[in-house]
Amino acid sequence: MASSIRASDTSVGRELGPSRLDGLGGPHPRSDAKGVSAARSSSLWRDGVRRLRRNRLAVAGGVVVVLLCLIAIFADFLAPLPYTKTNFSRLNEAPTRAYPLGTDQLGRDLLSRMIYGARVSMLVGLGAQVIVVIIGVPIGALSGYVGGRTDLVLTRFVDVMYAFPRLLFVILVMSMLGAGLTNIFIAIGLTGWVGIARQTRAQVLAIKEKEFVDGARALGAGFGRVLGRHVMPNALTPIIVAVTFGIPEAIFTEAALSFIGVGINPPTPSWGQMVGEGQQYIRSYWHLCVFPSIAIAVTMLSFVFFGDGVRDALDPKLK
Amino acid sequence: MFHYVLSRLLWLLPTLLAMALVTFLVMHATPGSPLDPVSEGANPLSPEAQKNLAKYYGLDRPLYEQFAIFVSKAVRGDFGYSFVYKTRTVQEIIAETFPISLLLGSMALVLAIVGGLTLGILAAVYQNRTWDYVSVSLATVGVAVPNFVLAVFLIILFSFVVPLFPTGGWDSPRNWVLPTVALALAPMGIIARFTRASMLEVIRADYTLTARAKGLGEGPVIFKHALKNAFIPVVTLLGPMFAAVGTGSFFVEAIFRVPGMGRFFVLSMTGRDYPMIMAVVLTYGAFLAVMNLVVDLLYGVFDPRIRY
Repeated sequence: MASSIRASDTSVGRELGPSRLDGLGGPHPRSDAKGVSAARSSSLWRDGVRRLRRNRLAVAGGVVVVLLCLIAIFADFLAPLPYTKTNFSRLNEAPTRAYPLGTDQLGRDLLSRMIYGARVSMLVGLGAQVIVVIIGVPIGALSGYVGGRTDLVLTRFVDVMYAFPRLLFVILVMSMLGAGLTNIFIAIGLTGWVGIARQTRAQVLAIKEKEFVDGARALGAGFGRVLGRHVMPNALTPIIVAVTFGIPEAIFTEAALSFIGVGINPPTPSWGQMVGEGQQYIRSYWHLCVFPSIAIAVTMLSFVFFGDGVRDALDPKLK
Repeated sequence: MFHYVLSRLLWLLPTLLAMALVTFLVMHATPGSPLDPVSEGANPLSPEAQKNLAKYYGLDRPLYEQFAIFVSKAVRGDFGYSFVYKTRTVQEIIAETFPISLLLGSMALVLAIVGGLTLGILAAVYQNRTWDYVSVSLATVGVAVPNFVLAVFLIILFSFVVPLFPTGGWDSPRNWVLPTVALALAPMGIIARFTRASMLEVIRADYTLTARAKGLGEGPVIFKHALKNAFIPVVTLLGPMFAAVGTGSFFVEAIFRVPGMGRFFVLSMTGRDYPMIMAVVLTYGAFLAVMNLVVDLLYGVFDPRIRY
């Protein structure tokens, strides 16, 4: 259940040094912080996990997410056939015993292709968030903490990026870079960091005025230490929430791009691409687009349920 | 008020200019040129022919000059001939397809607002009862599931299992139903969630208690007192909603074979159809900006505390 949190955590954690978030599963070891804040912080995470466990929808979502990750990792062992294996004597076949979900236009096993499709979706969903966090969090943190002219320039830039219709911009970038998995990472990373940057900035702005930050500064902590050790750990909650919602958003973007044909390059299978190709034959061969559609729907719903749960668990005020 | 509207309209110009510039730069930074052959692997045109074509379309000039020419023509509503549909001007194509997208989008938006408000109110009034769960799950599905996936399910359900509506086309109002629903579900879900949240807050407010205390029935309390106030945060959503419906439309249009503007979003970009890209982005951008202004003005209508 915690796997998706972990995965997104590592992306956040990479920014802030290891062990920042390990406390999610248990007490939070924090050698440098003062006793009071350490106790409060560890109980926040423990409370969060407890609240998350009680939310049945979120747990169900989390279980499906873990399953999907496992399917993605072990696709090579799970898929009955390679995703490129064609069988031209059995084209567009409805589900049978040999091909549980049927075959596609080239006689390839739909089940195998869907299993490999999970790999693309999970990679994009989790991987793109790493880029988004690496770009967005430092920009937002700097903007909020330094203030002044830096803040002005950065916020203007962020505002301009925000005004662009996002999907349109992603398509534009994709047609510039060409289709392919790496380029999807780049396109989503380039457009997705804006939201997280805004969120981080707002948090940092609020936290840097608090007394404990003044205290740290008075004790002689430098710029990097104050920001990294004292401000950012307290700004993490909304960032984590934003990341959990960014995952389904990235998965959606990849599916949408592949649906149009500017996403993943064939023959690598992607659910969005399978729906895009299959929907042209929906009248004759319904199975071609229905199964990948179900996969996308289930994945998106699981992530949203899980994300809702994480938000409610970490920030009960927001509910 | 007048000043406000005027200044907002004047701000539209630099915004559109900036959009045009960014699109123009990205477009020209893209590898590949409109002079490349359309079909893959075809022999390229001879250098002389390429030169002539570049000259004809003005592509041989320096970029800043091209941009200046584009702006001066675009101001007069002249976007030139499409590079892909060589015999038709971009204005012709937009004039023919934009109204269709606009109709689809407006119908979807009306459905989203009406449906979303209804679901949200039902969920709030019957909190934690069946109606609440029904609307919340509907809203979640609408928010979470991409509209092209919803479209597939709608076709399967209402064209094949229960053959009520055709799978595509745009000839009669019967064709309009499924694309409208597919496009409306996502914004409907968002509106429903927001309405539910703000209704729950308003229902517990003191003035609602006062309204009940003076003996008003449930109907007037909900519709006259609660909804009016609960609607205010929902209005702010409408701006981004136009954007969602706008970009969402090209998936829905593709699946239901609607002859709208949506397909040019993608076709013009992959086909390096420079005039078309500019026209599509700017039409969409201008439409969005105007709609945002309308929404901001509406905000003042619904919330008299706001003055411009």
